[in-house]
Amino acid sequence: MNLDKQYIGTKAGKETLEKVVHEMEVEIKNSDGLHMRPAMQFVDIANKFDSEITVSNAQTNVDGKSIMQISMLAATYGSKLKIRAEGPDAQEAINALRELVEEKHFDEPMPGR
Amino acid sequence: MKFADFVCFEATIQELQADNRDDAIMELVSSLENAGGLSKRILKDIARDIIKRENEASTGMGKGVAIPHIKHKSVKGIVGVVGLSSAGVDFFALDKHPVHLVILLISPEDDPDKHLQAMENIFRHLQKEKFRKFLRQCSGSEEVKDLLIEADEDPSL
Repeated sequence: MNLDKQYIGTKAGKETLEKVVHEMEVEIKNSDGLHMRPAMQFVDIANKFDSEITVSNAQTNVDGKSIMQISMLAATYGSKLKIRAEGPDAQEAINALRELVEEKHFDEPMPGR
Repeated sequence: MKFADFVCFEATIQELQADNRDDAIMELVSSLENAGGLSKRILKDIARDIIKRENEASTGMGKGVAIPHIKHKSVKGIVGVVGLSSAGVDFFALDKHPVHLVILLISPEDDPDKHLQAMENIFRHLQKEKFRKFLRQCSGSEEVKDLLIEADEDPSL
């Protein structure tokens, strides 16, 4: 799923060796947490971008483009995850994922609503 | 959470008879009922709900693995059952490949965190090629039980 590694290398070339990295902490706001359906939504969006995307909680770092790995985070309501994107579209990727998690909360119910 | 906390080992199906998704789900749910992990009254209900959930999005995540699951108000604690198929079951998997390992899971409605913890455990192991290989090679439900308990105790497996 990580087809973007080489792309970053060639794109950056020798002149511009800058790596575009963006990071953001997001909070899980839907009551049921990051179960399989939200995890699939997350992976679907992550896979639209060329950037490498990693997601971490306090214990583990996982590949944001792998459904199995994202499901492994077992992120419950209220837990916080760090999303890191590295590549040409890192900023856009972070924005889209933040919107999914925090604004749309995966189109799922939030507590008390 | 550990496998031993939610897997009904007595209900393991070492070789699924079904070659299609819906029959495999029915087989697993029936086996759970036979083993006493589920009451007969809700068997059909549960199977129907799981199939409905699969129709929304397949839980065949690739690598020959599927995790059909639902939340249901009739269960008090999470209960799971393992089914193996050497021939493979058509689960409409994301990678279109047949499924050889099925872990079916029924969770209570009011404890989303427990459900996530069970899923975490399942995927932490299933994403390892070695674990998937060992599980597929199990001949008999005792071997499945031994492997899952070993995995509970040895994080490297």
